[in-house]
Formats: sequence, structure tokens, C-alpha cells
Amino acid sequence: MAHVTGNKLVELAKSEIAEITAQQLQRRVERGEDLTIIDVREREEFVQGHVPGAKFIPRGYLELQVEEQQPDRAQPVVLYCAGGVRSALAARNLKELGYENPLSLIGGFNGWKNAGLPFKVPLVLSDAQQIRYSRHTMLAEVGEAGQLQLLDSSALLIGAGGLGSPAAMYLAAAGVGRIGIVDYDTVDVSNLQRQLLHGEKDVGRPKIESAADRLADINPDVAVEGYNAPLRSFNAMDIIAGYDVVLNGSDNFPTRYLVNDACYLLGKPLVDGSIFMFEGQVTVYEAAGPCYRCLYPDPPPPGEVPSCAEAGVMGVLPGIVGSMQALEAIKHMIGFGEPLVGRMLMLDTSDMSVRTLRVAKNPDCPLCGADPSVTELIDYEQFCGLPSLAHDEEAAPAPA
Amino acid sequence: MPTVYIPTPLRRLTGGAAKLDAPGASVGAVIQALEADYPGMAEKILDEQGEVKRFINVFKNDDEIRSLNGLATAVQDGDRISIVPAMAGG
Repeated sequence: MAHVTGNKLVELAKSEIAEITAQQLQRRVERGEDLTIIDVREREEFVQGHVPGAKFIPRGYLELQVEEQQPDRAQPVVLYCAGGVRSALAARNLKELGYENPLSLIGGFNGWKNAGLPFKVPLVLSDAQQIRYSRHTMLAEVGEAGQLQLLDSSALLIGAGGLGSPAAMYLAAAGVGRIGIVDYDTVDVSNLQRQLLHGEKDVGRPKIESAADRLADINPDVAVEGYNAPLRSFNAMDIIAGYDVVLNGSDNFPTRYLVNDACYLLGKPLVDGSIFMFEGQVTVYEAAGPCYRCLYPDPPPPGEVPSCAEAGVMGVLPGIVGSMQALEAIKHMIGFGEPLVGRMLMLDTSDMSVRTLRVAKNPDCPLCGADPSVTELIDYEQFCGLPSLAHDEEAAPAPA
Repeated sequence: MPTVYIPTPLRRLTGGAAKLDAPGASVGAVIQALEADYPGMAEKILDEQGEVKRFINVFKNDDEIRSLNGLATAVQDGDRISIVPAMAGG
């Protein structure tokens, strides 16, 4: 068999396929033509900048992955590399696959840039992040784009206790870029049976401090913002407004109604979890479904429903429920799966029964109904039949 | 008979039982049947007007009874009735 040089092969390829100039490509894109543009360079080249809208398939994977981007072989597929050589060879490979109209960009990405046309420098995972998040990125539902989305997302945890501990730890491990925690409690020995954010050495410290230390140890990518203050009507809107998703792990009814109302008024999704002895509830409140007030229009009278401090709680239970909350928050951030909106998951760990019950919007809901009477935050202590705390208002704290 | 899922706070009244079979053709009748066997149960679930308390949801199978026919919602053998009170623990 006669030898062919590399140059000769490129010449041959270019004679068999069609080429396109950067200006021609730009005009076709501007006309709104449905063009599949594929960057066939190596990853290090792609991350330095690429043609807007281009998909990245390194040449070594082109034949294996091109159908995911364009299954219709009659449609044009524009390939580019750095200078127009590799893409010409790649276009010839696409012809062998039956693509009728593969085009190679003359001059490649360098030609595109030199023509003064716009290009995009993508956010990409660093080498260290690619390793750290590899078990995420290999999931098709997450991928590199989903992981980047997590790194660019923020979550606010109401409480760094039983539910907040596992939720915060999993969100941090998952690479959620910014995690806020509201808690003004200090660590008590009786917390350690279930609140894994805190340890023996933290007893007596503010919970937000031990939480920040633990989360930094889990993942240095994450910025932790602690609010060492009670969440009240005067500061809730300011604090919640700064986050994408809120996870409720509070231990009292006034805070639960407050967080519900503030999240609804701000349009923030609220991943709600609550626990009692051996039972847990998880649901997600957002505009498409009911809110907390739809389900529970009025709080129980004080003393009617005992608290965990009075009745006890199995330490593992918040580990399960808080982890479910973290997962729902992550699903929301990336946008995959079916959220627990309009459904309440009921878990009874005493017989390990799980029920998912349908919950509906209440058309007469005073907050999210057709004719709302709650249009701003109220005095939630009073609403729950407790002494008002309105007197201890102060300026909203900055994150510590 | 329908099966009633008793939430943890009410299990003090049932001697710890989490699931009970109770007779009745409607959700309200089942609650009254429970009351007959476990005095104090109805008072925990219903308010003075005889309606379900506003911090409790009652479900027939997977649906909240307000979206059905309230306490008059018909039930049959094998239906599951879940009593779900608000819980605040975190």
C-alpha cells in the first residue's frame, strides 16, 4: 500500500469536503440558521475560548458522540479546530458516517478570533475540581454544566441543628458555592447526639462558628456565611433575599411561618423538613404548589404539640430528613428530576414506612390564595399565641 | 375496614399503636369509631365545631380530604387514612 503523508491526507480531505469562512459562518448564525457547531480541539484549547454556541467534542470522540448533538445526517454540521486542519480531517470522518454536509471552518478558531468575531471563555472546572466532583460529573443529569451550576448557586439554612447539620454538610460536599446559616445558638452537649456539624471541642461555641469550620474542612470551594442572630420579621427579608434556595430546619412554629411567608413574598423556593420523635416530613414549597399556610392555616396552640426538646428525637432521623432536603435543593439548583412540590413525603422510621401524599394549593390561603390578607411579614410569636418579641428588633446583621 | 395511620403525638392514646383498623363509611365515622375505642382521640383531631383542626391534615390514601369531601369523604375496606399534624422539630 502506498504511503500518504499527513499533508497529502489533509489536501485529500479538503478536496472531499466543503469549507466555510468565519464571516460566512457568522452570517449564517446571525440569520438564525439551525447550525450544529462542534469544537473538535482538545479540552485545554476549548477552555481558553470558543465560538459561542459551539458544542465541545474532542476529535478523538467525534464519531462516538456526534449523534448526540446532531442525529440528522442531512443537516449541516460545522467543525472547527485551531487552524482548520484537524477539522478538515474530522469532517471527512463525518462523511464516512454518512453526514451529507459537514463543513470545516477555514482558519479554525484562530481565524474566527482574528476576524474580530465574538467568542466565549467558558467557566470550567479546575483540574482539582474535576477530580473532586468526578462522581457527580459522570452522572448525565449533572455533568460538568450541572456541577458548575452548583458552584454558582447559594443556599440558606435556617438552623444549624439536627436538620441543618446533614443538609449543610452534603450541600458543602456537593460544591454549592455559597452557604448561609442562620443560628444564634451555642453548641450544647445534648446536641451532639444528632448534630454532626458540631463536636466535643465545640461545646459552648456559637453554632455558626463550628459549622463554618466543619464545612471549610469538607470543601474549601464553599463560602460559608453565618448569621449569629435570631431570624425575625425585621431581618428575614434581607437575609433570605441573598440566596437561591432556602432549607428550613428550624425548631419552632413562629420561625416556620416566618420563613414560609418571607420565601413566598420573595419568590424563593423553600425546602421544608421537620421531625418529631421517629417521624419526619419533607416537602418543597414554590409558586407552582401549595405553601406552608395552605397545609397548616393556623399553628397549634402553644403546648398542644410537644417539641423535640420535650418529647425526644431519634438522632439518626434528622440525618435522613436533612439529607433529603439537601437532595431536593440540589435538584432545584441543577434542574433535574421531579421535585417534592405539591407532595409531602412522610417518613416513619419506627416501621420504615414512606408515604408520599398529595398536597394541594388552598385557593383561600391568606398568603398565596386569590385574595391574600398576608402581604407583608407579621408578628409570628403573636400569631402562634406566644409573647411578642417585637421589642428586641435591631438592625439586620451582616454575615459574620 | 380502613386502616388509620396514627401520628407519633397521638400514639400515647393508642398504647403505642401506629396503625389501627377502624370501621366506618366516612372519614368522620372512622374518627368517631377511634374515639369509642381510644377516648380523647376525636378531641385531638377535631376542633369545637367538629372540623379537622387547622394544623392537622387528614388524607384518604394519597389525597387530603379537603380536596375530596371533607370528613364526609367515603371510605372503603383497605383505604388508608393518614392523620398528619404539623411538626416543628428541626
